[in-house]
Amino acid sequence: MKCVICHDEWMSAMSFAMLLTLRQADVCCPRCRARFIRLEGNRCERCSRLSDVPICADCIKWQQRQSALRQNYSVYIYNDWMKEVINRFKFRGDYALIEAFRSDVRAVFSKYFSSDVFLVPIPLSPSRLAERGFNQAEAIASLLSLPIIFALRRIDDEKQSKKTRRERFVGRKFCLTEEDVAGKRIVIVDDIYTTGATVHEAANVLYVAGARDISSFTLIRS
Amino acid sequence: MSLVGKQLLKSEISFPYDEKHVQIIESIVKTKRGYVCVRCNNDDQQLFASFPCARCGRICMYCRKCIMMGRCSECNPLVIWTGPIPSTSFSSPLKWSGKLSTAQQLASDEVCQAIERNDSLLVWAVCGAGKTEVLFAGMNMALSQGKRICLAAPRTDVILELAPRLANVFPSVDIATLYGGSQDRGKLASLTVSTTHQLLRYYRAFDVMIVDEVDAFPYSVDSMLSYAVERARKTNSSLIYLTATPNEQWQREVKSGKRKAVTIPARYHRHPLPVPTFEWCGNWQKKWRHKQLPSCVVRWVDEHLEKNKQAFLFVPHIDFLQQVVPSLQQLHPRIEGVHAEDPKRKEKVLAFRRGQIPILVTTTILERGVTVPNIDVAVLGTEQPIFTESALVQIAGRVGRSAQYPTGDVRFFHFGKTKAMVAAKRHIIRMNDEARKRGLIDE
Repeated sequence: MKCVICHDEWMSAMSFAMLLTLRQADVCCPRCRARFIRLEGNRCERCSRLSDVPICADCIKWQQRQSALRQNYSVYIYNDWMKEVINRFKFRGDYALIEAFRSDVRAVFSKYFSSDVFLVPIPLSPSRLAERGFNQAEAIASLLSLPIIFALRRIDDEKQSKKTRRERFVGRKFCLTEEDVAGKRIVIVDDIYTTGATVHEAANVLYVAGARDISSFTLIRS
Repeated sequence: MSLVGKQLLKSEISFPYDEKHVQIIESIVKTKRGYVCVRCNNDDQQLFASFPCARCGRICMYCRKCIMMGRCSECNPLVIWTGPIPSTSFSSPLKWSGKLSTAQQLASDEVCQAIERNDSLLVWAVCGAGKTEVLFAGMNMALSQGKRICLAAPRTDVILELAPRLANVFPSVDIATLYGGSQDRGKLASLTVSTTHQLLRYYRAFDVMIVDEVDAFPYSVDSMLSYAVERARKTNSSLIYLTATPNEQWQREVKSGKRKAVTIPARYHRHPLPVPTFEWCGNWQKKWRHKQLPSCVVRWVDEHLEKNKQAFLFVPHIDFLQQVVPSLQQLHPRIEGVHAEDPKRKEKVLAFRRGQIPILVTTTILERGVTVPNIDVAVLGTEQPIFTESALVQIAGRVGRSAQYPTGDVRFFHFGKTKAMVAAKRHIIRMNDEARKRGLIDE
């Protein structure tokens, strides 16, 4: 079969375990797979960043600001390889690459979250959505086979990745839609956690709407 | 940015254009045998995928093969320019005082003729023949007649090397240099130097199409290449292919006279091409399981370290390369390995050029383009399928490039001779014979 990333032909080794558990063979070749680095080892217990202290300095600040976000879990480290793959997925729009993340995303999610949660993907502005054709956060959420609530709408139109750190902290990015989140356990889903400004603001907006126990889950922790 | 001479995806166009001169067609079509991408001609069903599209609200099919050039999908048509393309002519823009060798001159005349008559021509020139100079006269003529030229090559490094050379000899001509991430994207110049991928954005735009190193294209983009070339050039235009190693089919076509070709069988310095010698090295893969290299290979390495002569050692796979380099470093700490995805690739090649690395172990990525004077080469595991005839001819072509050091040793260590090895050796001998016959070699 063809590797979903490099398109090289490769053969996966069949095993009895695969037959018995009906586990699917990997969609990408071992070489591509090995270049994704999962987040493991000592991490900040709030935001998943690699850290030797239990709660990192950034998260202490979030705590002081009384952010409604309880914690964040992420799957992968942001390395050059990930940058390349995410660029092709998100900006070039190669949707099929989502398959390369499926099993890791599901495994990490089920390790940290129970199955009684509702997923809220971070929305794109209408113009950006039309440009890309799909919302990457929604694509990631769709891997989890859990109920998705489109509770947020984006107000501003500026790309996060074009803003400086300072700019990301000012202004309101989201407003609520008609969807009901009151009393629900929510996991906000996004592609990448950089400063955390996006998910923390989304959490605060959802908190005002009555959501309880708000966490977040991102594909990457940069 | 303008649409003149191009075919762009609707989503790429954010500027006004003249709708009279435009044709809009679907970029993905469904045929009886499955989907086909109209832009890149991909018909491999494994390289199509679909997604829930926010633009059209449906499950939309898209082409994964040319995705790096923007997404061709069912709801994103191609907008093609069908109107006139303005032309600019220059009066003899060539500023070059070099002299061509006899064989180069002959080839140069043929190129001029092909451009004049809108013919196609294959220039079959050995490694180190000086192919680029052969184009100058023809390009000069074309530019004087107001023709638009495109020079396409497979890889960005080749483009980045060619563009400044051409800018140097055609100082008054506007040149567009196109590769992934280049600043000139969307430019329509009198002279375009482009990777094949970027050609996908052009439609019936060029009067002269020159394709460099045709054989260097990986097999998978092969069909895309000819398709892109055909779409990017005008129906009435000339097509010139340059190569040192045409594939078997082309060689046959040349022989039978079906394909018009001109050969440059000798290097500009008038010395014969070094002929490879075969040396059986036994089952080197089995030996390597005990972390041992064949003794003849170790001897070869030792000799070069002793003589202080630099060399490339080609190996078949990255995995083997990464294992063997640490072991060779025990013989000499400055031996290095380099492969396609090596982030330090440029630095290592540069260090080798400066003479700081005695032996550079490499996969086939260095088979072309890298020219270092006074080196030897060897291949370990020459029988492996990755070493095709053309790869081996190119590898042998690294040796004896400079007039100062026109000779050198080419050694193929193997575990059983292959057709490719024999063909490569015969290819080189035949070129030398032809060169002798035509009096292009001094001995």
